[in-house]
Amino acid sequence: MENSAAAITIRGLVKRFKQVEAVAGIDLDVRPGETFGFLGPNGAGKSTTIKILCTLADATAGTATVAGFDVARERNQVRRHIGLVFQEPTLDAYLTAEQNLRFHGELYGVDRATAAQRRQEVLTMVDLWERRGDLVQTFSGGMRRRLEIARGLLHSPRVLFLDEPTIGLDPQTRASIWDYLKELHRRQEITVFVTTHYMDEAEHCDRIAIVDQGHIVALDTPAALKSGIGKDRVQITCDDDALAIEELAARFGLEAAVHEGAVTFAVAEGAAFVPQLFAGLAVAINSVTVTRPSLDDVFLAYTGKTIRDAEAARPMSPMAFAARGR
Amino acid sequence: MTAVDPTPVAAVRVPAAGLRHQVRAAAVVWQREMIRFGRDRSRIVSSLAQPVLFLFVLGTGLSSLIASSGDVDFRTFLFPGVLATSVLFTAAFSGISMVWDREFGFLREMLVAPVSTTAILTGKCLGGATVATLQSLIILALAPLVGVPYNLVMMVKLVGLLFLMAFMICALGLFLSARVKQVQSAMPLVQLTITPLMFLSGSLFPLSNLPGWLHVATTLNPMTYAVEPIRSVVFDHLDLSPAARATFDPGITWGGWQVPVPLQVAIVAATCLVLLGLAVARFARTE
Repeated sequence: MENSAAAITIRGLVKRFKQVEAVAGIDLDVRPGETFGFLGPNGAGKSTTIKILCTLADATAGTATVAGFDVARERNQVRRHIGLVFQEPTLDAYLTAEQNLRFHGELYGVDRATAAQRRQEVLTMVDLWERRGDLVQTFSGGMRRRLEIARGLLHSPRVLFLDEPTIGLDPQTRASIWDYLKELHRRQEITVFVTTHYMDEAEHCDRIAIVDQGHIVALDTPAALKSGIGKDRVQITCDDDALAIEELAARFGLEAAVHEGAVTFAVAEGAAFVPQLFAGLAVAINSVTVTRPSLDDVFLAYTGKTIRDAEAARPMSPMAFAARGR
Repeated sequence: MTAVDPTPVAAVRVPAAGLRHQVRAAAVVWQREMIRFGRDRSRIVSSLAQPVLFLFVLGTGLSSLIASSGDVDFRTFLFPGVLATSVLFTAAFSGISMVWDREFGFLREMLVAPVSTTAILTGKCLGGATVATLQSLIILALAPLVGVPYNLVMMVKLVGLLFLMAFMICALGLFLSARVKQVQSAMPLVQLTITPLMFLSGSLFPLSNLPGWLHVATTLNPMTYAVEPIRSVVFDHLDLSPAARATFDPGITWGGWQVPVPLQVAIVAATCLVLLGLAVARFARTE
């Protein structure tokens, strides 16, 4: 291997679209063999970053290497060593599963004997070997996504990029996709770089970076990020939100805000705090929810908003338009 | 991947992009066109309707008017033109089908691979040209019905010329498809491009005694140089008086100079390369 120090290195990466700065100076090292999650709301700059890393877009400033190759100067080398699974489907529905893989193998110049064996391996891994002769047309959304993952692995890439691999899938299928990715890790040494805006999915990653408005705002293991918060999240619904926020500040010194339609605040030992809440608050409380810290809270702590709020506030990412044009 | 393979990362070595790799990429793109053509038999039938109508309805209708002008059945005259027209339509649609590949995402699978855009588009053109030529074989088989004899040498030459023409039109279709982002606008664009190419090529009427403006328009149309060699090959195998041939197959003239058929073929070949080059440049930029 040319560079075993880091699977991906990013230095001072910036991407500007006319007025918008989609990526606003990112530095990052992804270690070989880790599953790295790139988390953030739609429009945070995740897809733009992944497109630069995959040589599909040019950076405005900064540098990046993937598998030891410079994404701007050694495009074909980078392409040879990465597997790609995009948000949008890229299969030929009029070909069979195996024909799609055969096409891919030829396009990547994989030698034919190895390719046949490899096709069987990857199709077996995603449980599609029995369906190899069926037209992709007949596949469900989840099966198609699995086939895309299998295809992305066909040429034994060193880094597998997955851009929102579970978007638009039902929860059960989403879970199964992650099972396949774990299985992949168990079987071979590969770096997986995955973007998602489902916070719960980030639990599957070795390390995650939380991205907001083109910046990395937090970077660590999911456990470390959560323990760094140290507090539970309490959400209450009541008749007068403004008064409740005022009283929480006055009586308990807690800083609360309305998120997702409920008065939300963080407090240590949340469950034990609930009785005090009823005793101390003059406002009638309709319901209380206490949650242990999740990555949503991590996101909230670092960005001052929940991921759903962040998505509601952002109209549309500039790359979504660019992606459609292709 | 499993215990079978202790060094799985090196399981597949994707080689540096040599010429052989580029050829393989082009070949598999060609093969995909063949697979899809084989799956879609209805396309073959529907694509035959138009040329048959041209040949037997338009041809028969007009032959009653033109019969007096010589010993050539108008349908015989029309035969090479109808061959060319059918190939024109099929090849143009093959080229523009890249718009659907973009819509369904498969274009991206091709463009992110570590191969050149040239290899991919060459494969696509060869595939489209093969499909169009295969379909034209059915019309070729109708030759005796309009007074054109079965002749092996003639057939082989015709197939070669039709293939070259199909390649050119397919490259044109690809060039156009690079800018079309919506499937809905693809069809009107094809109509808009193909119809003038067809009418100004001499495929449906002889290029003799045309008014000046029309003569200029036909000599500027690359299709003219694709149709005329086809007609010339067919007429070489007919028993005609020189006068009839001069009327129905006057050839192409540049200011009174008769353009030789090999030069016409060379013009078509050169146009193929130019259009393919332009298409590659456009696709490389949209990446």
